[in-house]
Amino acid sequence: MSQLDSASSEATGSMWEAGLWRENPVFVQVLGMCPALAVSNSARNALAMGLATCAVLVLSNTVVACIRSLIPRQVRIACYILVIATFVTCIDYAIQAISLDLHRALGAFISLIVVNCLILGRAESFASKSTMSAAAIDGASMGLGFTLALFMIGAVREVAGSGSLFGISLFGPNFQPWVIMLLPSGGFFALAAWLLVFAAWKERQRPRLQPLEGRAQ
Amino acid sequence: MSGPSSPILAIRTSPHLVRGSRVDWIMLQVLIALSPALVFAACAFGAAAMLVIGVSVIACLAMEALWSGSSGRTLRDGSALVTAVLYALTLPPGLPLWMVAVGGVVSIWLGKAIFGGLGCNPFNPALVGRAFLQAAFPSAMTNWLPSFSVGRFSSVPESTLALPFLRPVYDARTSATPLAAWKFDAETTDSMDLLLGLTSGSLGETSSALLLLGGLYLIARNVMSWRVPVSIGISVALVSGLLRWADPQSYASPVFMLFSGGLMLGSLFMATDLVGSPMTSRGCWLYGALIGVLVVSIRAFGGMPEGVMYAILLANATTPLIDQWIRPRPFGAPGGARA
Repeated sequence: MSQLDSASSEATGSMWEAGLWRENPVFVQVLGMCPALAVSNSARNALAMGLATCAVLVLSNTVVACIRSLIPRQVRIACYILVIATFVTCIDYAIQAISLDLHRALGAFISLIVVNCLILGRAESFASKSTMSAAAIDGASMGLGFTLALFMIGAVREVAGSGSLFGISLFGPNFQPWVIMLLPSGGFFALAAWLLVFAAWKERQRPRLQPLEGRAQ
Repeated sequence: MSGPSSPILAIRTSPHLVRGSRVDWIMLQVLIALSPALVFAACAFGAAAMLVIGVSVIACLAMEALWSGSSGRTLRDGSALVTAVLYALTLPPGLPLWMVAVGGVVSIWLGKAIFGGLGCNPFNPALVGRAFLQAAFPSAMTNWLPSFSVGRFSSVPESTLALPFLRPVYDARTSATPLAAWKFDAETTDSMDLLLGLTSGSLGETSSALLLLGGLYLIARNVMSWRVPVSIGISVALVSGLLRWADPQSYASPVFMLFSGGLMLGSLFMATDLVGSPMTSRGCWLYGALIGVLVVSIRAFGGMPEGVMYAILLANATTPLIDQWIRPRPFGAPGGARA
């Protein structure tokens, strides 16, 4: 609590970096896999799902941080879920009002944001121990990190699975779509491909450190 | 077993009985057993079949060379070649060559290499490649050329030469496989045609007789377990016989079930995969029975006409369980005398 009371700009910057990159919810923490794999079959669905989760995460983090001293420790999980469920219901109606097509495409997965372990995890591990502003920034950075990851998976699946991005055809009418990428297994392939990219990138980072250590000795 | 020239006292760790067969020898036997079916496929479907087999071999060997690195040890044991040939035999003859290459890469990479190479792969690599193609390109994988068409050696079907990543164009010469004809049009095919392979279908699923010949060679050479194919055959015949007996109108006869589709190829050469099948004899019986029940269930009640591939892949997944469940009792262990 103490280190975040004075939310200096440096700490805020590090929180943004953590959510978007260093502790990315999908690619590093591997949280919230159910929506990440289930509704990422097109870039539009993935982006909508990510933004909906992000909105719920920001709101629930803020409220949980706000009422953190009022919540009895024994029933905190139930209280968090109640807060999260309230905002998910709001978002559910909001999406229904904005686009009924999108609401149908996302289906039950909007309601299932309630049980997304990412949101409960941030409430438990961060919002319940920090100030409102820090919790809001954390919610936004984690939520945008989740959105980014979902969009990356969804874009790969849509480009390979239907040869388009946001419904715009990329390769012309003769492109042979890889139907498997639109099936549930395609979600695993796309996620695995991105994890492979990140693992390879981290491997490349590692050898650069070794000569420095050797020189220090 | 010590001859007169061996030392009086030899100390060795177990196993004490070795057969001396090596991976490359086993793979050579499998290739010999598959060669009649390969030659028949080339005769029945002509240039298209030869191109499919060639591209599949090139793709699989290239992938194997890539991941085995500079040593090339796993390339020389022939297992990638067997995978390539088996994979080619499961493909429809008019499949675009770029799809053949994609599936070949997938079968070696996702089917074998990522698990740690030969001996660590839970699923049959050739079937993994085919399953990927079936899910990725369902329309191309269910488009069949007729066998023994005129001019099959002089011309290549347009779909075979489709440019990479582009949709293949099919000419009118496609036809239905016996299983699809039975499932969707309720037409039965003559049993003799099925046995001789005068029907359309995948490269290697048309000639049951030649596949049986190859299988018998492997059994005579003691390379594969005869229990698995026998058990699959018995269970397919029993289950489909029961269905036929209950309702002869809507279910096919056991003979048709046994000799149509990929059952011969799958049961003789893929289900018997040394890595993917159980270790014990009783486990093999159970494994084969499971495949047989799954094959008939998928064919009779499923949405697809053919189910051998999924049946074998599912049974492969149960192999570790079967091996854990059915264990040979160590000699002298308590638990009563073995009958």
